[in-house]
Amino acid sequence: MNPAEIDEFRVQVRAWLSDNKPADPGFLLPETFMEVGTDQQFEFLRDWQRKVFEAGYLGMSWPEAYGGGGQPQLMQEIVNQEMAVARVPFVPNTIGLNWAGPLILDMGSEADKNRYIKNILSAEDIWCQGFSEPDHGSDLGNAQVRAVKDGDEYVVNGSKIWTSLGSYAKYMILIARTSTEGSNKYAGLSFFLAPMTVSGIDPTPIKKLTGEYGFCQTYFDDARIPADCMLGQEGEGWSVAMKTLMFERGAVGGQAGGLSMMDLNINDIIELARRATRNGQPAIDDPLTRDELTKLVLEARGNGLMGSKAKIPALNQTYPTAVAMSSKLRGSELKRKMTRFALSLQGANGARYISEQAMDGGKWQRSYLNAFSATIGGGTSQIQKNILGERVLGLPKS
Amino acid sequence: MIVFSEEQAMLLDTANEFCQNQAPRSAVRDVINAGTAMDPALWQTMVDLGWLGISIPESYGGLGMNLADAVPIFEAMGRQLMDTPLLATTLAAQVLIQDGSDNQKSTWLPKISAGTIAAVAYQENDGNWDLGAIDAVLTPTDSGEFTLSGTKMLVPDAEVAEVFIVSARLQGKPVWCLVSSESLESSQFERETVIDETRHSYCVQFSDVAVSPDDVLPLCQFHPFEMASMMLIAAEMSGGLAGVLEVVVDYLNTRKQFDKLIGSYQALKHPTVDMLLGSELVRSTVYHAATAWRENESASAVETAIRMAKCCASEQFSEAGDRGIQFHGGFGFTYDCDAQLFLRRALWSQYQLGDERYQRQKLGGLFF
Repeated sequence: MNPAEIDEFRVQVRAWLSDNKPADPGFLLPETFMEVGTDQQFEFLRDWQRKVFEAGYLGMSWPEAYGGGGQPQLMQEIVNQEMAVARVPFVPNTIGLNWAGPLILDMGSEADKNRYIKNILSAEDIWCQGFSEPDHGSDLGNAQVRAVKDGDEYVVNGSKIWTSLGSYAKYMILIARTSTEGSNKYAGLSFFLAPMTVSGIDPTPIKKLTGEYGFCQTYFDDARIPADCMLGQEGEGWSVAMKTLMFERGAVGGQAGGLSMMDLNINDIIELARRATRNGQPAIDDPLTRDELTKLVLEARGNGLMGSKAKIPALNQTYPTAVAMSSKLRGSELKRKMTRFALSLQGANGARYISEQAMDGGKWQRSYLNAFSATIGGGTSQIQKNILGERVLGLPKS
Repeated sequence: MIVFSEEQAMLLDTANEFCQNQAPRSAVRDVINAGTAMDPALWQTMVDLGWLGISIPESYGGLGMNLADAVPIFEAMGRQLMDTPLLATTLAAQVLIQDGSDNQKSTWLPKISAGTIAAVAYQENDGNWDLGAIDAVLTPTDSGEFTLSGTKMLVPDAEVAEVFIVSARLQGKPVWCLVSSESLESSQFERETVIDETRHSYCVQFSDVAVSPDDVLPLCQFHPFEMASMMLIAAEMSGGLAGVLEVVVDYLNTRKQFDKLIGSYQALKHPTVDMLLGSELVRSTVYHAATAWRENESASAVETAIRMAKCCASEQFSEAGDRGIQFHGGFGFTYDCDAQLFLRRALWSQYQLGDERYQRQKLGGLFF
């Protein structure tokens, strides 16, 4: 695409988003695809994804033969950028669009592609992920859910946890142990595109600290999964899972696009500080509050600048991986601090929670409680500090 | 956004190598004990490298680069806790470049490029960070000359400086004037005791010093001087912070307590990671400030970037020095532990031209 074509396309996308951005639904939308807790929220977001897909703005670079747009990836990137700017809702089928979909296109059979891809894009089939287990939070290689071959089926037993969208999902990307033999713990793992509709699979919603639902614990009780649902060969589950994680982390391209969460950044906090009042004056005019806000702006801008420095090898010779390896720690801790601070801007109303009387319907209170998902999930902040201390600074193991 | 060219990367390498060879950290105490204001041989090497003329135009004998190009040099010096008259002289040259007349520039800049030491005398006794709060006065005489009267504090390297640029009030308005060391008696200098023992700091009494009209600078802009000073001091601090981190990590990897290397204890490991992230942050803000200065961004963008760097450096370096002492246990309480050298440097730097709280106050106005 030449620059004129890019500009023209951007204008067209911007116009579509402005005409089609859904009106405020009158209830609080979830912040991320991991927080979808009510049927009302789910239906609203699914309708939005369908609309975006029908307009041709999802899976733009996926092959036309399977329902994609067959266009350059750049167009999808432009759409993603414009969606973020327009602050439209996210599309809920993130696991399908960005992890399972690219994986199936990469290594699935022709039949898999025909069966799954289009319905991922249209949100007809919602996908979930069965990786974590209750006793093995971050230790994926140690997965214990058993899948035992019986004729042309595998019989699955055990349970998975933190299954986002588990109650709505039709399929799960599942990692299970097909063998307890093998040279190491990874060797006995296999990867499945498992239907959630067979009997014996029971996704049970988990109530979160916010009081909402959004995750499930998924129990398998002699669930029979067709053997042809396996992706890759038996025993290759670990390498397929690693490939999935590459897509999940955005380390490899090929995602269908769309937003997967509501953006919340320091400018939202500044805006709130101007709007919210403490003792009758805008919170931003209170000198102590202003100083706290200044600290947060410094932290936010500092994070951005560290990202910029990380791209210059000459400035990263002593600890080349420090910035990249700390990005999750810094980002998640900043979000926790920002949302916690947002409550303090509201005077006595800081004590309110999701309700009409609360500022912005209580979204700040909910955001703060939800912020722990990132400071805990994917390795807690404390584990991150161990990792940084050991792998970056070279300190002895704890 | 940070921009850092190949050329700048080469200068950083050269500076790091030079400072590590010429000023190993093990020699810092010898330099303090020697008590001399500077090492002439070391100074000559720095002159030969062209460092005195980095930001001085080629027409005045300098290298004609940008002041921001000196940032890697000051960072490398800070890492080794070096103190030379380079900081004072570079800033004095900067005042001449920004505010001096052609005649003043052609008199002094070629000399400075060749190694003449100069210093700016701006601080007075009340410790005010507002450079415009000046009691020193320049008074016209009947013969068309001026006399300068006032006391300046915390003047760097005054004993070896050949020329001073002094801030004063002339009929109520601030001015800079040039004063040659020849017009001062040695009794007018008094070495000050400052917390960083590597620094050479003086109180200078200017009592009825004659100043020719040719030595009054046509302009007096405190703001660019303040910004330039903070940028270079923050660069030094970035180096110092990396240095103290190195000392702490080394100790955590060698010292054993209860049969275990102390670096395996999370109570020490986690705050040391905070120190690492603080160091990465400060370095990012310092090179961002250098980018804004070099790219000649808007005045408010440059000020924001530089105040961010000074703010983060003040907070993080002094905290790292403080924790550095604590993590050395009993040894940390002794004069022999290197951590105290860094803490003292951090504290000296923190209180130059505004600590973190002062910078945040100013940043509030720039951010919101």
